[in-house]
Amino acid sequence: MATSKSDTLPGNTPPAKKKKSGALAYIRKNYILYLFLLPAVILVFIFNYIPMYGVTIAFKDFSPLKGVWESEWVGLEHFRNFLESPNFQQIFMNTIKLSAFDLLLGFPVPIILAIMLNQLRKARVKKNIQLIIYAPHFISVVVIAGMIFIFLSPAGPLNAILGLVFDQPISFMSEPGYFRTIFIASGIWQGAGFASIIYVAALSNVDPQLHDAATMDGATLLQRIRHIDLQALKPTMTVLFILAVGGIMAIGFEKAYLLQTSMNIPASEIIDTYVYKRGLQSADWSFGAAMGLFNSIISLVLLVAVNFIVKKLNGETLY
Amino acid sequence: MDNKLINNSKSDKFILFINKILLGLIVLIVTVPLLYVLLGSFLQPDVLLTKGISFDPSHWTIDGYVRIFQDGSIMRGFLNSILYATGFTLVSVIFTIMAGYSLSVDGLVGKKALMLYFIITMFFNGGMVPTYLLVRELGMLNTPWAIILPGAITVWNIILARTYFRGLPKGLIEAARIDGASDARIFLSIILPLSKPIIFVLALYSFIGQWNAYFDAMIYLEDRSLYPLQLILRDILIQNEVQPGMIGDQMARAELQRLAEMIKYSAIVIASLPLMIMYPFFQKYFEKGVMVGSLK
Repeated sequence: MATSKSDTLPGNTPPAKKKKSGALAYIRKNYILYLFLLPAVILVFIFNYIPMYGVTIAFKDFSPLKGVWESEWVGLEHFRNFLESPNFQQIFMNTIKLSAFDLLLGFPVPIILAIMLNQLRKARVKKNIQLIIYAPHFISVVVIAGMIFIFLSPAGPLNAILGLVFDQPISFMSEPGYFRTIFIASGIWQGAGFASIIYVAALSNVDPQLHDAATMDGATLLQRIRHIDLQALKPTMTVLFILAVGGIMAIGFEKAYLLQTSMNIPASEIIDTYVYKRGLQSADWSFGAAMGLFNSIISLVLLVAVNFIVKKLNGETLY
Repeated sequence: MDNKLINNSKSDKFILFINKILLGLIVLIVTVPLLYVLLGSFLQPDVLLTKGISFDPSHWTIDGYVRIFQDGSIMRGFLNSILYATGFTLVSVIFTIMAGYSLSVDGLVGKKALMLYFIITMFFNGGMVPTYLLVRELGMLNTPWAIILPGAITVWNIILARTYFRGLPKGLIEAARIDGASDARIFLSIILPLSKPIIFVLALYSFIGQWNAYFDAMIYLEDRSLYPLQLILRDILIQNEVQPGMIGDQMARAELQRLAEMIKYSAIVIASLPLMIMYPFFQKYFEKGVMVGSLK
């Protein structure tokens, strides 16, 4: 094919076509590289792209007998049903609140931890503390949830301590009011240490001479942290913040599902847990797909919007 | 290692002192719950409930562990988890490394389009229901493939691998190419031996991620005999379901309740201990992994 193309336009090959024949020659010569890519390309096609097509069932009345293609179009009916359903507002607000508070409270902790660790002079002490505070990251979400149930049960250790002050044990897991606090606090307990790695690394790249010079000029510790350390962390913070906002609607759904009890549902039902119950457990396929799509669209809009705002503010950007 | 010369002022020294105390407190906050579960797993449940942690040897027991080993469902879950995590890691790491290498080669024709093809999946996805329907359509429901294949390729890992390969000395590859080595040969005898760190990092992330996951197994698997460890744990810890094999004899309800409580502690320890013991040896690789990723 490549030769026939250059034959038709002898001597006067436009650059684009010339490049194309070069490309084919390149591919033929380096076919191994493309062979290497093949498995990943195929797996991504099957498990990422086909479901993207499958999401069209959000606009159809999917029936397993007819399949995705044959099922009838119903337009935005499922979206309308979801938006007009009596618990939409609650589920939507639960999702927003849980993730927004999680982001606001959880995001600064690893940064503060890294700055605190950075003040330690003895490398061995620092290493050992890091070793300990990273550990919870490696515990599975099922075990974390199990530990939460154990610690917070009415007969559990936390109530034993609180029993010194209060008469009645508090049943934390059946009070909707405690759900978000439990979810977020346990998330920080588990993840903040490990999340600080990246900030610790960024701080270790700061030139010590900067601190020396600032100290000479009479800067206090807090001033140096603010003007040197925090500045050094800014690019990392920016990227991680944008990513976190993009992931806001996909928040820790596996943990939320585990921590749900029939009593705390008013606070713990979020979009993804509801998608699972309606879409898979009740086999309301199209409705579930519509809710999932609704969720991803919000995530995408958030990601793009935050990226845009941050770019305007300080020139850092994700892509 | 850094500046000892700095003459901290008095207030700075005070802040540093407070800092140390706070860090000590943080270490306690992290370790106390873990130690509580570990010690609790060896204590008679009624002692734990009424007196808390006790160091009186007569209060100690390994009954919880004995019951778990007797039942066998946890052990079977353990073996299933090893199978799934190993299979997942093999598929994921091999294909990721291959793709990452190709995408790191300078002048690869179509690289931009290929990168776009992969990166799009970071922003769009079909979601839970369409993915489930696909897995069902492929006949993979209730088979290990449903756990191993769908999540094996993540774009983030491909980018991680590509970044690593880009950092390898170019001269080496050029020299081999001039000597007439093929791409396959270069990959096998030059690139792979240099790639142990990235392979190790990717393998660790994949293995641990799969080991700790429960959700895919929950939606795709039906047979209890296929359940991975985390799903068995979920039944015990969250659903309060004690396996009949763990409590063989007829027992009063209260006694059953107490035993169920104790089995929870032992189950947590058995499930978490392997990683907790192994992870300090791998720690530097995790840090490396985060670093490579941050260079994107």
